[in-house]
Amino acid sequence: MQHLFQNRFVRGLLDPMPPNPSKRFAVYRNNVFVSFVEALKARFPAVESAVGTEFFEAMARDYAGTNAPKSPLMMEYGDSFPHFIETFPPLADFPWIADLARVECAITQSYHAADSTPVGPEAFAPIAPDDLAQLRFTLHPALNLVASRFPVATLWQMNRGLAEPALLDDYPAETALIQRSNYSVSVKSISPAGGTFLTALQSDQTLGEAADKASAIDSTFDLTAHLHLLIADGLVTMLTLNRSPQ
Amino acid sequence: MIACHLPDCVGVGFKPQHFEGITEASGPLGFIEIHAENYMGAGGLPHAMLTRLRADYALSIHGVGLSIGGSGPLDREHLKRLKMLCDRYEPESFSEHLAWSTHDGTYLNDLLPLPYTEGTLRHIINHIDEVQSTLNRQMLLENPSTYISFAESTIPEAEFLLAIAERTGCGLLLDINNVFVSSTNHALDPRAYLDQFPLQYIGEIHLGGHTEDADEDGRMLLIDAHGSPTADPVWSLYAETIAKTGPIATLIEWDNDVPAWPLLRQETERAFSILEPARAQHAA
Repeated sequence: MQHLFQNRFVRGLLDPMPPNPSKRFAVYRNNVFVSFVEALKARFPAVESAVGTEFFEAMARDYAGTNAPKSPLMMEYGDSFPHFIETFPPLADFPWIADLARVECAITQSYHAADSTPVGPEAFAPIAPDDLAQLRFTLHPALNLVASRFPVATLWQMNRGLAEPALLDDYPAETALIQRSNYSVSVKSISPAGGTFLTALQSDQTLGEAADKASAIDSTFDLTAHLHLLIADGLVTMLTLNRSPQ
Repeated sequence: MIACHLPDCVGVGFKPQHFEGITEASGPLGFIEIHAENYMGAGGLPHAMLTRLRADYALSIHGVGLSIGGSGPLDREHLKRLKMLCDRYEPESFSEHLAWSTHDGTYLNDLLPLPYTEGTLRHIINHIDEVQSTLNRQMLLENPSTYISFAESTIPEAEFLLAIAERTGCGLLLDINNVFVSSTNHALDPRAYLDQFPLQYIGEIHLGGHTEDADEDGRMLLIDAHGSPTADPVWSLYAETIAKTGPIATLIEWDNDVPAWPLLRQETERAFSILEPARAQHAA
């Protein structure tokens, strides 16, 4: 009985053309949709900046109508928004916007990720040079990577007011490196080879395997510079050799 | 009898943008309240701020997503997350709403109304028993703001809340703005509601702002928007309630169009000016 009542109520809330749109019931409809759209605006400000507020709100309502949240954790709402954008016909000529949304999804993940203490350069001291290639890295839980065919990190920075908007003459592929330092999340651009290197380390491959994969993409891949970046930015939380922590 | 251990002080719903204001000059602040769901990530800034504030203030954890009035079973995963949060921060109070928000796995992110009948009463009592036994603590249940009412309701809301408190041992969170909003929307007298309300079960009071609208028949329709100062008639009802109950932990809620800290602090000072004399009198 109560279940049937709530069925009807929910249909009325989510129906785009409700049969009985009394103003009092509409308060609930409005609360629900506004809260979904606001949650998406809060999570995807760069996408909103790229497409404009009016377009964004219309797209967000469209998404919300068929993708209402599945959990009370609104911080996770919109995990499937990048995919929706990718297949949203009005944006077919702007394929980079879905990747921009992927960066913003990753930012929330980084913001809420577990705390973990990074290791310093001294962690390498006990490793014999011959063992380096066998080393495995545990990367910080707040580290995320978004590989793109487009200069996605640069586009994100431009749409967040962190870089001067400019016409891009060519469109170099970038991987966005999303990381957290002092509780603040930042996005920087790394090369596709660098992205491949970090992704390999993140999926528990050895330093040797990861470096080989990166070099296969770009023969000028600079392993030392990338190791320096990892340690200087506090992105490594543990080194492991032969499955025993160092 | 009410196991709400909040001090009889003024609190605010904590917003990250007020972190510095609160840590620098908190004014009469005695506790903070957080929405549980915003602290269900694993780590990062939310937990760093909360841990810092927890060291100085009493804490109320206020859930908005458990859907106690939902027709289906409670979300066990969500209940587990609430338990983890309560175990981590050991709040002085945990509260939730007389409302529903999840249906068949869809979360509607709003506090939706339900009819008050013997059937829904039994159902809610079972849910509250489950919450209290899982969390191993007494909870407070908040009266909702509503825009519609149901022909099938047979029990007045205040009586419904009393029955829940008596049969589950939970306490009540009296939101006086909600009383004013619902009473106005249903053309009822908020004082009559408060006269019926079981004051002895109140563990905390909420105050917040609403906006004014009208329905299609031109009747006043108040929206519980939490985006403005508490309205004067709500302050009057608050003072009248405190005169009857003595001092009770009182929270200022301001969730939308969040103001700078000094303006919110003014609201806490206004509540303090009503609460403090009652506390002095109570102590005497």
